[in-house]
Amino acid sequence: MKDIFENEMKLEFISKSSNEAFARVAVAAFVAQLDPTIEELADIKTAVSEAVTNCIIHGYENRQGIVKIVGYLKENEVILEISDNGKGIENVDIAKEPLYTTKPNLERSGMGFTIMESFMDTLEVESIIGLGTKITMSKKIKPKIENDEGEFQMITKD
Amino acid sequence: MESKFYEEDKLLVFKITDEIDDCSVQKIRRRADYEMERYMPKRVVFDFDSVTFMDSAGIGMIIGRYKFANMIGAKLEVSKLTQSVKRIFEMSGILKLIPVAHDIEQDAQVF
Repeated sequence: MKDIFENEMKLEFISKSSNEAFARVAVAAFVAQLDPTIEELADIKTAVSEAVTNCIIHGYENRQGIVKIVGYLKENEVILEISDNGKGIENVDIAKEPLYTTKPNLERSGMGFTIMESFMDTLEVESIIGLGTKITMSKKIKPKIENDEGEFQMITKD
Repeated sequence: MESKFYEEDKLLVFKITDEIDDCSVQKIRRRADYEMERYMPKRVVFDFDSVTFMDSAGIGMIIGRYKFANMIGAKLEVSKLTQSVKRIFEMSGILKLIPVAHDIEQDAQVF
């Protein structure tokens, strides 16, 4: 049975690097419904930026194509699927290694996947050569409670 | 991005005012390299105080500028790293290579 999500959105745009800012801000506005902290929101924006950059630079290698983002909100969790129909990744395990890059001449740091992995809770990469790549990442937004003074506090679980 | 050159100290300061991503680094890179070549400074400082967003494109950009500065005989430093900028730089380990300037305010009245 398909999961029922509380909210869902789809976003498609052409693979121009000027759309990176649009993508991360749009996703952040969607996620804002879960009332994340500034830090949580910054983490998600950074991860989205890395993923979208990968689609544009590596997936399409600056040729024109469509980048697709599907976002789900489920209870206190954000799930994001970011995909392209580009060239695909030959070896996902190697691509995920810190500092690994296929384009060092373009001042790429090779930190994209590492940042996505550490800023989000989960990251999955599915890729088929010649067909494209889809990454799915999720992050739980910590619920907040109101204390006596009317200030919000983080709930921390041991 | 704003920049200022202090002739007596041979100090060139870049204050980055945009969000740093793959799109904006292309502009930053071009302007920074042009100005470094033009002024031939001994010390180059990148000020991150006004940076509201940075992804891994910032790492590549700084490493590239570090190499360029070395090539023209200048020392490159970064300053006023915000929490999120610092986190990304620390993850990449480049702060072991590139010093964080603390005394920039005393050296020059910046902006």
